[in-house]
Amino acid sequence: MKIRQISVFLENRPGRLSALCRILAEAGVNLSTLTLAETGEFGLLRLITPDPDKARQVIEQAGYAATATEVVALQVPDRPGGLASVLRVLEENKISVEYMYAFAMRAGGDAVMVFRFDDMDRAISVLQAAGVSVFKSVDLFGA
Amino acid sequence: MIRNLWNDLDGTFFPESALDYMPADRLREVQLQRLRAVTTLAYERVALFRERMDAKGVKPADVQKLDDVRLLPFATKADLRDTYPYGLFAVPMSEVVRLHASSGTTGKPIVVGYTAEDMEVWKQVIMRTLYSAGYSRGDVVQNMFGYGLFTGGLGLHSGIEGIGATVIPISGGNSERQIMVMKDFGVTAVSCTPSYFIHLIEVAGKLGIDFKRDLKVKRGVFGAEPWTDQMRQYIETASGIKAYDIYGLSEIIGPGVAAECVCQTGLHVFEDHFLVEIVDPKTLEPVPDGEEGELVLTTLSKQAMPVIRYRTRDITAIEARPCACGRSIRRIRRISRRSDDMFIIRGVNVFPSQIETALLKTEANLPHYQIVLTRKSGLDRMEVRVEVTGGMLSDRLSEMEGLQRRFAHSIDQITNLHADVTLVQPGTIPRSEGKAKRVLDQRNDSV
Repeated sequence: MKIRQISVFLENRPGRLSALCRILAEAGVNLSTLTLAETGEFGLLRLITPDPDKARQVIEQAGYAATATEVVALQVPDRPGGLASVLRVLEENKISVEYMYAFAMRAGGDAVMVFRFDDMDRAISVLQAAGVSVFKSVDLFGA
Repeated sequence: MIRNLWNDLDGTFFPESALDYMPADRLREVQLQRLRAVTTLAYERVALFRERMDAKGVKPADVQKLDDVRLLPFATKADLRDTYPYGLFAVPMSEVVRLHASSGTTGKPIVVGYTAEDMEVWKQVIMRTLYSAGYSRGDVVQNMFGYGLFTGGLGLHSGIEGIGATVIPISGGNSERQIMVMKDFGVTAVSCTPSYFIHLIEVAGKLGIDFKRDLKVKRGVFGAEPWTDQMRQYIETASGIKAYDIYGLSEIIGPGVAAECVCQTGLHVFEDHFLVEIVDPKTLEPVPDGEEGELVLTTLSKQAMPVIRYRTRDITAIEARPCACGRSIRRIRRISRRSDDMFIIRGVNVFPSQIETALLKTEANLPHYQIVLTRKSGLDRMEVRVEVTGGMLSDRLSEMEGLQRRFAHSIDQITNLHADVTLVQPGTIPRSEGKAKRVLDQRNDSV
C-alpha cells in the first residue's frame, strides 16, 4: 500500500534544485511528482519516481544527502469537497497529516495525492474502510 | 631616538618602571636566581612538576645557567585541567588570598591562585603596563574588562589604583551606558578588548557622539584577544586615541605579562617576573631571536602557583634589538596566531573540540563541520556549519529545524556561547588534504 518517497537535502541557494534535476535527467530517472518544502536557509525536496532505489543511488552518488520514507498515494475525487471528504475520515480517527502534495498524473478522472501521516498503517486501514482508494506502487507505475 | 632613561612622561620618574630599564646583565642575574628558586619551589611542593622532573632525571640543582631552563619539562593547559582545582598550588590554602578561573576545554574551568605577595607583583606589573602606555595619576580610567573570575577586570583594577589614577570599575556590557559614563565622567583612558572598543565607536556614532569632539579619551590598553595593526589604525583614526596592545594569560598571572610602550613596536615582557622562550611548536627546540615560534613562559616570582615552561600556544617572536624607549626588557611581537586551533570569541576561549563534543551529543556520528567567525560593528558572531548526512536527514522540516536547535543548544551548554547553526549540503565544507579546516576566522577581514 505504501510507496517510497525520496527526500533530498538542498541548501536554499540559486541553482541547487536545477543541478539535482539535471543529474536525475542524465541518469534517466523519471520524476512522477515532486515538492519542495523550505525554510529560509534550506529545503527538503521530496520526490516520487517509479524506481526509488535507483533515484536514491544516483542522488547519493552525486554527493547529496537523501533518505527514503514511506508515503501513501490516495485517489481524491475531482469535485468540490473531494479532498474534504478524505480529510474528514482522518480527522474522525485523529490521524494527523504531516504533509501532502499532488501527483502530476490522474487516475480515472480523479486526482492523485501523496500523503504523509503520523500513523501510516492506521491511516491506510481507516481510509480503506471508508472506501478511499489507496494506490499500490504497481497501480501508479505499472510493473 | 633614545628617550630619557626612566622617563615615560617627560620629566616624571616612576619607581616601578625603573625595573624596565635594568641593565641587561643584572636582569639575567635576577632571572637566574629566581629561576632556581621557582624550580626548587615547584619541585618540592608540586607533585606534577616533581614527577615530571624525576622522570627526566633533572634536579633543581641542575639549573646552573638560564639556558638550563631547557632541561625542565613543559607544562600545558591540560596539566591545569587534570589537576583541577588546586593540584598545582605550591602553598597551603591559608596562604591563598585570591582565586580566578578561566574557561577550560571540558566544561570545568582552570583555577589559578595568588598569595598576598603574588597580588603585589600583579599590581606592580599592571602599573608598569599602564606607565608604558603613558597612563598616570590624574587619569580617569574606564575599566571595561569583565570583573569576576576572569583576570582582566580585577587585574587591571589594582594597577590603575596603584598608579593613583581614578578607576571606574564598570566591567563590560551595556554599550550606551559606557558611552554616557565616558562622556559624563570625563574619562581620559580606557581598557577593554579591542573588538569591544570598535563596537563602542560605532555605538557612539549612532548616539551622535563624536569621539574626538565630545570625549576626552586619549589612550587605551587593549588585550585578551588577538588583534591586528589594521584594527589599531581603525581605532586610532576613528576615535583619535592611542591604542596599546597588552598581553597576559590567567595561567601565568592574568594581564601584566607584556605590554607595548609608546613606540608601539612590540610588547615588552616583564622579564624580571616571566622568563621567555620561543620554541618550534613541533620539535620544541628553541628558535633564534627574530624567528617565529610558540611562546613558552616560566613564572619567576609566583608563589601560589608557579608554572614552569608553560606552552601558551601563542605564536610570536622575540625582538632582541633595543627599543627606542630605552627599556632593557625585551619585546615580543604582537601575537599573530596560535599553534593550536583555539580561538577567542567575546573574550571566551573556545576549542573546536568543544564544538565537536557538542555536535556529538546530538549526532552520534560526527558530521563534517566548520566554525566561521565574523565580525560586524565590533560584535563577533560564531556560525557553525554542519554538513547534513543521509542519517541525519528527515523528510520533515520540523525535525530538521529541531536538529538545528539541538546543535545550537548543546554548543550553548558547553561553551556558554550562542552559535548560529547552519545546515549545509554534504561536501560543501572545503577540505584540505582530506581534513576539513575547522575554524574560518574572517573577523580581521573587516574591522
